[in-house]
Amino acid sequence: MILTFLISLLLLQGDPSAQVPQDTPVILSESEESIDVTGIIFEHIGDEYEWHITEWKGRPVAIPLPCIVIDDGVHVFTLHHAAENGYTLNGEGKLVNAATGKRPLDLSITKNVLSLMMSTLLLLVVILLTARWYKKHDALKEAPTGLAAAVEPLVMMVHDMARENIGEDYRRYSPYLCMAFLWILLNNFLGIIPFFPGGANLTGNIAITLVLALCTFFTVNLTGTKHYYKEIFAPDVPGFLKPVMPVIELFSALMKPVSLTVRLFANMLAGHIMILCIVCVIFIMAKYGPLMSGGMTLVSVLFGVFLDILECLVSFIQAYVFTMLSSIYIGLARQKEE
Amino acid sequence: MNLITPEFGLLFWMVVIFGIVFFLLAKFGFPVITDMVDKRSAKIAQSLREADEIQAQMASWKVEQAQMLETTRKEQSQMLREATETKARIVADAKAQAQAEADKILAEAKLQIAAEKESALRDVRREVALLSVRVAEKVLRHELSDEGNQKVFIDELVDEASKSQMRS
Repeated sequence: MILTFLISLLLLQGDPSAQVPQDTPVILSESEESIDVTGIIFEHIGDEYEWHITEWKGRPVAIPLPCIVIDDGVHVFTLHHAAENGYTLNGEGKLVNAATGKRPLDLSITKNVLSLMMSTLLLLVVILLTARWYKKHDALKEAPTGLAAAVEPLVMMVHDMARENIGEDYRRYSPYLCMAFLWILLNNFLGIIPFFPGGANLTGNIAITLVLALCTFFTVNLTGTKHYYKEIFAPDVPGFLKPVMPVIELFSALMKPVSLTVRLFANMLAGHIMILCIVCVIFIMAKYGPLMSGGMTLVSVLFGVFLDILECLVSFIQAYVFTMLSSIYIGLARQKEE
Repeated sequence: MNLITPEFGLLFWMVVIFGIVFFLLAKFGFPVITDMVDKRSAKIAQSLREADEIQAQMASWKVEQAQMLETTRKEQSQMLREATETKARIVADAKAQAQAEADKILAEAKLQIAAEKESALRDVRREVALLSVRVAEKVLRHELSDEGNQKVFIDELVDEASKSQMRS
């Protein structure tokens, strides 16, 4: 709880400076310019070609990231040199060929990709260090200490979930479920942290959740038992249902990854948007005088703390739900003939 | 906005990075942890089961021990009783035997004493007879020292002999 609170405080301290786009001066209460709330929010939940961290003396502080595009050849450049290479940003902030206006094959290391690399590397290191502890120590005689003590309950929670939901050959699937759970959990939490190592809205990005859901989909459908396919294509139902059931079953099988994708994506995205809105209230209210803005700031901070704590809960729940549903889907596909 | 259209670049990198890390962790990460913890759980379960068994065995041993103590005590008391009985019997037997022996000895002694007495009596009788004969001889010698007496005595003897002859 204390950690959550600190994270919330950091978010609330970090965000005002981090979220202000360089061309929207919001500190001036007398300014006629209104705040581009939508722009601020979309900047935070979307992707960018450089990692904008803060403003320092009127200049943006950002980590330049390599743009990699494959068009008539491979081009590598930073965003500042996009024009020299014949590319420009379109209305959605994506790189397009300046001459033709078409999207090239864009494999840029964007903010999300960098965050993906860092968080996944972190997970890799953490798990390998934990595994090393188990190799070096006799777990039959010693209780786990340090990192192993922290990671073991999470891994074993998923492992036990796999055993309960999948059945006898759960050991084959347990690594995937552990990986999915810990990866989603880690990135959910990193997404709540408002400044550099975190702050990327990775699990609230549909591409990411789509890949995760497709992993589950292929795991389910490529390792299903005969019984599972029979239930889809030739279910044991009365004659008049015979042509209808396969359609329904197939649709249901295809909808499972879609629901997984959208559930995780929408939950995380909604959480981010809510927190950003609450923080934006502080700046919107700035021009309505000190009393109003002071009062609303207090309300916003309190509400922001509440939402952040809620987000921590949601982060865990969503990671758990994704893993739980994946294990149930796998378990259904592993059913044997009775 | 492009919130719900997956970006190809991110898809690509996600597949590559997630795939590689998943491969590494599925090979060197999670199975190491889960296998070890499963082994530990199995060991704990087994230890608990063993402890239960040992406890049950201990309980049964306790019962057995109590039973053994009980039977030992019974046997002890029985043996004591038997020993007492045996003792009493031996003492009684010994007494009876001693009595019999004593009776026998006594009887023999009595017989011997009777025999001794008899022989002693016989000796005395013989002695007395001899003495009387000697006395009689002396008396006779003294009586028959003169002629008159000799004749009287002979007559008496003849009378006596004739009387006893007549009576017979």
